[in-house]
Amino acid sequence: MTTQTHPLNKHGRPLAGHVRPTGVNRWQRRFPLLPALIFTVVVTQLPFAATLVISTFRWNILRPGDRHFTGLSNYAFVFTDERLRNAVVNTVVLTVSVVVLSVVLGLGLALLLDRRFPGRGLARTLLIAPFLVMPVAAALLWKHAIYNPDYGLLNGTLNAVYRLFGADNGPTVDWVSSFPMSALVVALVWQWTPFMMLILLAGLQAQPGDVLEAAKVDGASAPQTFRHITLPHLRQYIELGIVLGSIFVVQTFDAVYTITQGGPGSQTTNLPYEIYLTMFRKFEYGQAAAAGVVVVIGSIVIATFALRVVASLFREEASR
Amino acid sequence: MTATTTPAASETLMQKLIRRRHGDDEQAPRLSPLWTFVAWLATLAFFAPVAWMVLTSFHQESDAATNPPSLFAPLTFHQYALLLGRDITPYLLNSAMASVFSTLLVLVLAVPAAYALSIKPVEKWTDVMFFFLSTKFLPLIAALLPVYVIVKDVGMLDNVWTLIVLYTSMNLPIAAWMMRSFLAEVPKEILEAAEVDGAGLPTVLLRIVAPVAMPGLAATSLICFIFSWNEFMFAVNLTATRASTAPVFLVGFITNEGLFLARLCAAATLVSLPVLIAGFAAQDKLVRGLSLGAVK
Repeated sequence: MTTQTHPLNKHGRPLAGHVRPTGVNRWQRRFPLLPALIFTVVVTQLPFAATLVISTFRWNILRPGDRHFTGLSNYAFVFTDERLRNAVVNTVVLTVSVVVLSVVLGLGLALLLDRRFPGRGLARTLLIAPFLVMPVAAALLWKHAIYNPDYGLLNGTLNAVYRLFGADNGPTVDWVSSFPMSALVVALVWQWTPFMMLILLAGLQAQPGDVLEAAKVDGASAPQTFRHITLPHLRQYIELGIVLGSIFVVQTFDAVYTITQGGPGSQTTNLPYEIYLTMFRKFEYGQAAAAGVVVVIGSIVIATFALRVVASLFREEASR
Repeated sequence: MTATTTPAASETLMQKLIRRRHGDDEQAPRLSPLWTFVAWLATLAFFAPVAWMVLTSFHQESDAATNPPSLFAPLTFHQYALLLGRDITPYLLNSAMASVFSTLLVLVLAVPAAYALSIKPVEKWTDVMFFFLSTKFLPLIAALLPVYVIVKDVGMLDNVWTLIVLYTSMNLPIAAWMMRSFLAEVPKEILEAAEVDGAGLPTVLLRIVAPVAMPGLAATSLICFIFSWNEFMFAVNLTATRASTAPVFLVGFITNEGLFLARLCAAATLVSLPVLIAGFAAQDKLVRGLSLGAVK
């Protein structure tokens, strides 16, 4: 009967491989996987189940006695709330700007570092430093040491340049208040460009040398070679950079918390920060949970697309 | 272009890598002096904030907060002495504990899992891989509320072990993917030959798998360590006085003491130092880790 009734795996799908090992052998193979699988299911899926339950409650911890089932009213709130819609827009703006800019800058740097020049190794080492600085430290650095209107590096340098040309004083720009979203984007692009550069540089160096050689022999110009050989080859690396970058940048919390606190007003409040505010400032647990569920569903939609990109890279490797 | 030099559409990434033109070889074209200048200008522009942070950390407060900036003020270890002499140490210890223990726990779970995904793969192992990866797509913020409620219920708020468990789940998918990509490099023929010769599992693991897996293990630990060390969102919301980690110290430092720019820079440098050193030392491994083992 074992060939007829397949045992079920964690997702309730039958495990039917091309080769069907005997039952004992199958469990022997699965055994090393189980601790990791069980841990992941317990720590990542159970909280989600809890979120689902909480999202159907009217639950504000400032009113302890008043915790009751309200059906989908939290979702009605989430979908009509002006602040949340605003947070969605801010999240999209922030993520797209940061990912696009850091891919473009990272590509430029990778193209330069793919060539030989004096001190290339050192340049590469210095360039990855922004990615290695602790994100909270980087955010504080940008806010206080660079953007600070009185003695930040930016205004200080402007001031020095103005004085150099005989003017009394440079302008005093309050960068974070005047350009809150751009201030965030610049700080984040600074952190993520090295990441993109590393992936794209690895892509460039994985280019088969003989193809480039052949293009050269055939008299292709540098822009032609780039357009028709390098760029198509880099495509999967660019996609990988975009996917991985988006996963991390969508979740940006440190920089918003530190640099703008979501302000002025709610101009830079992204979804993670809005959910945080709902939880720890408004104490509306039910609403925060509903927002969380919506965010997870949104992520699943984006992730199915993103996973396809990773899967295409993965298939290539797995097929060898 | 002739047919032989055109890469076949079906060429795998592995084949490409075998034919790869190494970045450091002599065939890489040179940059012209103009572009070399551009490259260095860009590099210095990116590095400037880090350099500024380190430089300011060696200044006195009065020299740090000047406009225009004082580049050539006298250097001093004063800020570091102040920080280490006072309150940053417990935070660094908490960070170290959370990062090291979660990294060890990740390895204990991920290495056997990777074995069951590559060397002796379970059926449908790609599905398992993508299940792991899909958990990485779930935003951490969505887990904050239920985790907070549960952790509070069981009295584990402000406890380093709470962070250790959370960081383990955060890094486990990355580690499973990375370790699988390393273990997949163990030559199948040698494994089979060893089995035919009657080598037991310990021998196979020790003699054949371990030598190939060791660099992978190092790279995986590095990545897990970096992500745990830098984590802020859970740390700031789930800890208070006893279990707070270094990033929480940095933020609290500003609100509690007002702005001391030089000391802030010293603290920022200090907490970034472990990751900077580890990252610089393992540059070549970094990209493979960050791309989940997909890019070598």
